[in-house]
Amino acid sequence: MINNYAFRKFKNRLFFVLCLACVVIAIVPLLSILYEVIARGAPQLSWEFLTQGPGTIGVSAGGIGPAIQGSLILIGLTSLIGIPVGILSGVYLAEFGNNRYASAMRTVNDVLTEFPSIIVGITAFSVVVLTMGSFSAIAGAVALSFILIPVVARTTEESLKLVPNSVREASLALGAHKWRTTLSVVLPAAKSGLVTGTLLAVARIAGETAPLIMTVLGNTYFFQGFGQPMDALPLRIWRNALQPYPELQAQGWGAALVLILIVLALNIGVRLASRGRFRK
Amino acid sequence: MNRKFTGDNVFKILAAVIAASAVVILIVTAYTLVSGSVPVLQRFGLGFFAGTQWNPVEGREIFGALPYVLGTLVTSGIALLIGVPLSIGIAVFLVEMAPKALRVPIAYLVELLAAVPSVIYGLWGLFVFRFWIQNYIEIPVSNSLGWLPIFSGTPFGLDVLTAGIILAIMIIPTVASISKEVIGAVPNSIREGAYSIGATKWEVIRHWVLSYGRSGIFGAVILGLGRAVGETMAVTMVIGNTIGPAAIPTSLFKPSQTMSSLIANGFLESTASLEKSAYIGVGLFLLLLSLIINIAAHVMVTRVLKVKGGAVE
Repeated sequence: MINNYAFRKFKNRLFFVLCLACVVIAIVPLLSILYEVIARGAPQLSWEFLTQGPGTIGVSAGGIGPAIQGSLILIGLTSLIGIPVGILSGVYLAEFGNNRYASAMRTVNDVLTEFPSIIVGITAFSVVVLTMGSFSAIAGAVALSFILIPVVARTTEESLKLVPNSVREASLALGAHKWRTTLSVVLPAAKSGLVTGTLLAVARIAGETAPLIMTVLGNTYFFQGFGQPMDALPLRIWRNALQPYPELQAQGWGAALVLILIVLALNIGVRLASRGRFRK
Repeated sequence: MNRKFTGDNVFKILAAVIAASAVVILIVTAYTLVSGSVPVLQRFGLGFFAGTQWNPVEGREIFGALPYVLGTLVTSGIALLIGVPLSIGIAVFLVEMAPKALRVPIAYLVELLAAVPSVIYGLWGLFVFRFWIQNYIEIPVSNSLGWLPIFSGTPFGLDVLTAGIILAIMIIPTVASISKEVIGAVPNSIREGAYSIGATKWEVIRHWVLSYGRSGIFGAVILGLGRAVGETMAVTMVIGNTIGPAAIPTSLFKPSQTMSSLIANGFLESTASLEKSAYIGVGLFLLLLSLIINIAAHVMVTRVLKVKGGAVE
């Protein structure tokens, strides 16, 4: 009996250590990724690297200027299309969403959130690239907004639901219409949640690569128009990683550092700013 | 003025129309994939999903998706085998064991794993992680157990095993954070009852908490499976990208190909319309697989959190 008790206590200890080990095992890759990206990417960073176009192998080093520019344009265009649509969808789900139509929309949004991103690429290729007749920045933005819209819609809904009903009632009691209440009272009250959710969603699409392969294609020039192919950071990382030249691979790590800085800055900044206010 | 044109009604209808954008996206996607894969399905019928050859040469075209379907299933299976126990361990540690001061930072670090873009996982996998796998796992195992069919092949580091393990790392944040919610939603009275009859902490977790949250955790696992099935870039960069019968994942140490990596690698280079249609056909199958997995997972997770939790939303 004593022995059995000791064994049970030993097992208790053992599983504590095992669970702790799980945490350590999961964090090692994260730290390794951050370490490698910084150690291999940081030596690349220079004003030239960030602003110049790719050079010729063996002649000049060049940089990833077009990729940074392309990524910023893609993020901007996608936000322009995706954020208003996503937020209005979320407003409908939260404010008028007490019916079967809305709960169907909610399920569809949930399913879309988990879509394989490469599928979105095929869709944007067939719908935009084939109709316009060329790979283009617009096709990339359409593909990315297909990913952005459902995420923004769901986070908008969640943050609007956190606004107490008494706030809505107070506004309605003052004689404001429902639309006025929603736009001037509920949305501002949910502002920090909206900003947090939207920025996290933007951080997610900033790193998307798969749908860009068949939409913006990637090239080595600076911006040439919304109907033209364009470079983007994730594409540049992928293309450079598969090159046999160490210089280009090193530039890939530099691009990875820039990308991860953008993504992590959005993530960490947002979480620090909204600390304690939201559970997620 | 007609009652129908009051500001409220206009606003409501406008919002409802915009909210339908999700359905539009779904329908457009489904329509493009179905219509795009018609040529290849007409030519090969359901044999498309059973064939193993992939030859785009004109006049000798033959396309079969089986190796890539298997590649997706095997890599996702490895990801679940490795990732799920780790995720549950993390969730249990965070909810039941960790000192209060450590909970938030650890949960945050685990969530950061989800923030790293998949192409960076691929870059790290290709230049760093590949060598860990090759030197510390594959070469020793190959030397001692290389005669087993699943360990056959040259241990090169760019293969099914590496892809599966990278996927395991990538699904950890998803599975761990949902399991955490599920475990956190287990009522305290369950734990107190178990402690009161003399169970140790581990016994409480193992026999009461985990079995109470079983179906919710199962939902989390399925959601992780959905992630793994759809993941593209990281896999594309480490799986070795073979084509045709060579891509059938018969050994852990052999290069292979998943459905998503096949599309990422080949879609752009394909010129003939039948070949493009073959890639879209693979995409259609991937879409169906992911739809089924995700709908199942959502049904499970939401039902569990709603009915049993009370604590969550």
